[in-house]
Amino acid sequence: MARKSSAGKTAAVTIAAWTIGFLIFFPILWIIILSFKTEGDAIKSPLAVLTSGWTLHSYAEVQERSNYALHFWNSVVLSLGSTVLALVIAIPAAWAMAFVPGKRTKDLLMWMLSTKMMPAVGVLVPMYLLFRDLGLLDSRAGLTVVLTLINLPIVVWMLYTYFKEIPGEILEAARMDGANLRSEILYILTPMAVPGIASTLLLNIILAWNEAFWTLQLTTKAAAPLTQFIASYSSPEGLFYAKLSAASTMAIAPILILGWFSQKQLVRGLTFGAVK
Amino acid sequence: MNMTYRAMLGATVALTLAGAALAETTITVATVNNGDMIRMQGLMDDFYAKHPDIKVDWVTLEENVLRQKVTTDIATKGGQFDVMTIGTYEAPIWGKQGWLVSLNDLPADYDVDDLLPAIRGGLTVDGNLVAAPFYGESSMVMYRTDLMEKAGLTMPEAPTWAFIKDAAAAMTDKDAEIYGICLRGKAGWGENMAFLTAMSNSFGAKWFDADWKPQFDQQPWKDTLNFYLDLMNNYGPPGASSNGFNENLALFQQGKCGMWIDATVAASFVTNAKESTVADKVGFALAPDNGLGKRGNWLWAWNLGIPAGSQKIDAAKTFVAWATSKEYLALVAEKEGWANVPPGTRSSLYANPEYQKVPFAKMTLDSINAADPTHPTVDEVPYVGVQFVAIPEFQGLGTMVGQLFSAALAGSSSADDALAQAQAAVTQEMTRAGYIK
Repeated sequence: MARKSSAGKTAAVTIAAWTIGFLIFFPILWIIILSFKTEGDAIKSPLAVLTSGWTLHSYAEVQERSNYALHFWNSVVLSLGSTVLALVIAIPAAWAMAFVPGKRTKDLLMWMLSTKMMPAVGVLVPMYLLFRDLGLLDSRAGLTVVLTLINLPIVVWMLYTYFKEIPGEILEAARMDGANLRSEILYILTPMAVPGIASTLLLNIILAWNEAFWTLQLTTKAAAPLTQFIASYSSPEGLFYAKLSAASTMAIAPILILGWFSQKQLVRGLTFGAVK
Repeated sequence: MNMTYRAMLGATVALTLAGAALAETTITVATVNNGDMIRMQGLMDDFYAKHPDIKVDWVTLEENVLRQKVTTDIATKGGQFDVMTIGTYEAPIWGKQGWLVSLNDLPADYDVDDLLPAIRGGLTVDGNLVAAPFYGESSMVMYRTDLMEKAGLTMPEAPTWAFIKDAAAAMTDKDAEIYGICLRGKAGWGENMAFLTAMSNSFGAKWFDADWKPQFDQQPWKDTLNFYLDLMNNYGPPGASSNGFNENLALFQQGKCGMWIDATVAASFVTNAKESTVADKVGFALAPDNGLGKRGNWLWAWNLGIPAGSQKIDAAKTFVAWATSKEYLALVAEKEGWANVPPGTRSSLYANPEYQKVPFAKMTLDSINAADPTHPTVDEVPYVGVQFVAIPEFQGLGTMVGQLFSAALAGSSSADDALAQAQAAVTQEMTRAGYIK
């Protein structure tokens, strides 16, 4: 009886989880469906959209009009570059905060997080002037630094949380065995925190890939990533939903695939330490 | 030896000069994603054939993203763009700031006097043409001729608001999902406030009096908003408070709107049989009035301007002159047909017998001519602009008031509350900005 009730509960939870998952994924699914329709069919009622013919026309047109490869490459360079740079800075910072906390460590962490609360547009003009004077407008190097800085608080926070879960005694033992600071971080701490670092890395790549304020404001052509590729297909006067959907699908496909293959790692990392 | 040396030196100098002459200048053009601009990108071979020394890089962006980006760039002299696509709202404000290069010295064959006076007037600051119009638009009534006939009515060429209300009531058949009228409800200074500000002009309302005091507490604004809400609540589609141009276009093309009052540029979409299910059943009329001397239509143009910070002004001017020339209009007509020619900029286009055959050509011209940005309202006002007030603060103010009116349409507040809140909020902002002493 108890087993039956437990099986029923599992089924209910499974159905609920699938329903919620489907609802969350539905907008993306709808974008993908619209991308295979003509502009005329894309504005029809949902049922008519599903029953109308399928076409690759929008993809062909988007491919013809835009340099997808350049935007894609820029997105890859910016998201990977900013993530690696953020990790290089954040791992030692999080180590210090987790294992040798000072009086003000908590305040420092809160202050770092508080910088995320400021609306980006508030510093647009000073940033733009800095970029102009340093010759960094429309450059991948400049934008990599910006993306690193805006995601750094989250990276430090996540790593700090993971590092806190690692017993300090293990590091002490390594130190007693003669490990210096570099070896301690590189050979003891980092391997133990791999799931946490991996999930931080993946999350940061996703955040950098999707960042759509600075990437639109500070680039024009050479360094413009996929966010600008999508923005070029949005129009307040004219129905170009199929082309916009095709561009959106092409922009999110790489990160969707990455997320799909790394979901185990991502979930494991995000729940790391939660059950201890 | 000496001769050989001289000959070589001469040849080197000649080659260097030739190289310099052939050196390519690349200009960056920021533009919006609309049909006319995309079409131009496909017709660039003509420009390159005439100007092989100039290369054009396009940066196409969504309108609001573009507006923010080019505003930041021009205000900081970032120099990222050599040509910017700007609206009739920005042109006079930026022109006054000295941010735009004067286009008074375009070549004589450009024929600047051929530009439509209403459009040219909105782009001229202190006698300087600060941007060249690429396409112009007004707003007008688009209606279903079959539904109008079924209702036993005939749309006049210049209808009144009272007629529009009667026609909307007669055409509405909610069971068949046909709504008498579709109007903008989505909040935004360029969304519902473009429509409502233009509509308010025909009701005798205005944003500010001569002392820049907001006028939302006056009777004409109450009449405007109450009429609009009554029309939309009784004869409009459900969820209208989130409908903008695109949403209404989709509804009209699917045959769900009896009438739609919006941009004249929509005429080419709703009469395109490839996308519209009602392409052969659409009629056009001037935007309505109330017999007070002003119609409820707006005036807008997308224009090409050159930022003062550009290092390639000559090449940029060459491009602007080509893109907004009579020859370009002829080129589009030849390659894509007359219906696809960018409308609303040149008198000669409307004098062309071929273009006169386009069903919406005359009504577009009449609508543009019916708008007067320098005298937009029944009473005199201290500002320029038909559906906007050409002051830098208007984007914020327009969107704020638009949110209040959109909420009234959604039913979450009353017309009186929305107007009272608009009056208080705009008074506060205008005082803070120093307009109200």
